[in-house]
Amino acid sequence: MSATSFQPIAARPAPTDSRSLPAWLRRNLFGDWKTAGSTIVLGALLLWFVPQFLNWSLLQAVWAPDLKACRAAEGVGACWGVVAEKFRLIIFGRYPFGEQWRPLVATALMLAMLVASCTRPLWKPWLAVLWVVVLAVFFVLMYGNTLGLTKVETDRWGGLPLTILLATLSILMAFPIALAVALGRRSDLPAIRVFCTLYVELIRGVPLISVLFMASFMFPLFMPQGLTIDVLIRVLVGMTLFAAAYLAEVIRGGLQAIPKGQIEAAATLGLSYWQIQRKIVLPQALAMVVPSIVNSFISIFKDTSLVSIVSLYDLTGALDMAINADANWKPFKLQGYLFIALIYFIFCFSMSRYSQWVEKQVNKSKGR
Amino acid sequence: MSDPIISFDKVNKWYGNNFHVLRDIDLQVGRGERIVVCGPSGSGKSTLIRCINRLEEHQQGRLIVDGVEMADDVKVVDAVRKKVGMVFQQFNLFPHLTVLENLTLSPIWVNKMPKKEAQEKAMQQLERVRIAEQAHKYPLQLSGGQQQRVAIARALCLTPKIMLFDEPTSALDPEMIKEVLDVMIELAGQGITMVCVTHEMGFAKAVADSVVFMDEGQIVERSNPHDFFNTPQTERSRDFLAKILGH
Repeated sequence: MSATSFQPIAARPAPTDSRSLPAWLRRNLFGDWKTAGSTIVLGALLLWFVPQFLNWSLLQAVWAPDLKACRAAEGVGACWGVVAEKFRLIIFGRYPFGEQWRPLVATALMLAMLVASCTRPLWKPWLAVLWVVVLAVFFVLMYGNTLGLTKVETDRWGGLPLTILLATLSILMAFPIALAVALGRRSDLPAIRVFCTLYVELIRGVPLISVLFMASFMFPLFMPQGLTIDVLIRVLVGMTLFAAAYLAEVIRGGLQAIPKGQIEAAATLGLSYWQIQRKIVLPQALAMVVPSIVNSFISIFKDTSLVSIVSLYDLTGALDMAINADANWKPFKLQGYLFIALIYFIFCFSMSRYSQWVEKQVNKSKGR
Repeated sequence: MSDPIISFDKVNKWYGNNFHVLRDIDLQVGRGERIVVCGPSGSGKSTLIRCINRLEEHQQGRLIVDGVEMADDVKVVDAVRKKVGMVFQQFNLFPHLTVLENLTLSPIWVNKMPKKEAQEKAMQQLERVRIAEQAHKYPLQLSGGQQQRVAIARALCLTPKIMLFDEPTSALDPEMIKEVLDVMIELAGQGITMVCVTHEMGFAKAVADSVVFMDEGQIVERSNPHDFFNTPQTERSRDFLAKILGH
């Protein structure tokens, strides 16, 4: 057999017709009879539902806070007037009407801070200091009793500011606790390990509602006479401990995915336990569980709506209160719920988009 | 041997209660000596070298590394790890850090070296392993051979007295083995003490001062490469050599 010479084959572009619209449709929507069938059924459902919904929610809707017009449109068009009418009660709850610029400014500040914290150039040590300042300003504005601001007790705080406060603080505080607990569950010291495991299992074993009940009704019974802790703080602590237990398990999942070789390599380079955790293990572990962490954050955000059962009126609670108290507008509660659903959605969807961006950032090192 | 840098004296180790992985190990390695440890898998050779930097703890006997007796004491372990560099079969580079950051991590955080200086020294090491142009890439963007050379450079950044190699070429494609061995051979010419677990008999012949053959947790034979390959002392080593050189 004679040796043949090597004939390189030049690279060719991929066949193009797979990218044209008809080809895409055929492949994705009408590939075989099952796909085609479900495309037709789902398409028909959408065609039936979407126009009706648009008609109800936009074309036939009543936008002005006009009770008569709303009653007339009932069953035909949505009554967004209920939102216009009760807007400030829904957004600010029982906060004194004349002072509502204070929660407005405080919340705007907090939201600005949250957005700022999400941008990479600002991930500097002073960001933590700024957070302390912003939280302090938030509390001064909301609580008052200083700088000529009248005092507003925490049980009158409500609506969106309360929702954002509860979510932000419980996330901020739960995260470091969760880190410590996740590391603790993998500690070599049995006492620490047992304590952390016990904490996670106990908290996971009860629903958030009962944690909140305990925080707000049972806890005061065990306090010495004369000493009271504000219900808002008790609820915050309860939510934080609850969130931290779930978050700790998410982080532990990431920790377990780090190969032992990484830790050994770092140890042979002379790094201490804490240096290894901080420089090698946690950056990789957290990057791996970004989607689950954000999942937990979204849960925490929505779980804040449970505080209304212990008489704190967050966004959901404030809506209930605003509409149930007024028999005239009560029939249009659904529109109120759709409105706050939209607010919840905007927050949760932003978090989810942000999580995708973070994932992209941390995946840069994966190469290729 | 007058002043060994590594000295095992009747060292024993068990995994769990029943698996006696190191049995009465006596081994002296002189300063600047280059030793190749070989043997069938499960013979305890990896465990042996992992005891030298305390990735594994021995339970009986004495192990002295550069004048320090190995003990369950953070200070002792830290002191020894600063003197001993290690290269792993699976490279174990840190995937979230660039090549340069992999190299400067320990000088900056352990030796408190200024960042600038650490980077300069790291670049020198990268040049030494002929991979300086990849300094700003991430490990997973490199080939296996390149990754292993980075791992060698990373270990050298601490200017160790002893280098441990735990099957450094076993996870590499045949085409890449040579580039790693070349770097190791070059290193061997520079007076650093080397203990290599490897099946690369060519490397053993080229640079080793002696070959240690292990089986079932014991050191079966220690001799210079010429004698080991030409006149193995035991039947066990003859068998082993026949298997790995046979094809």
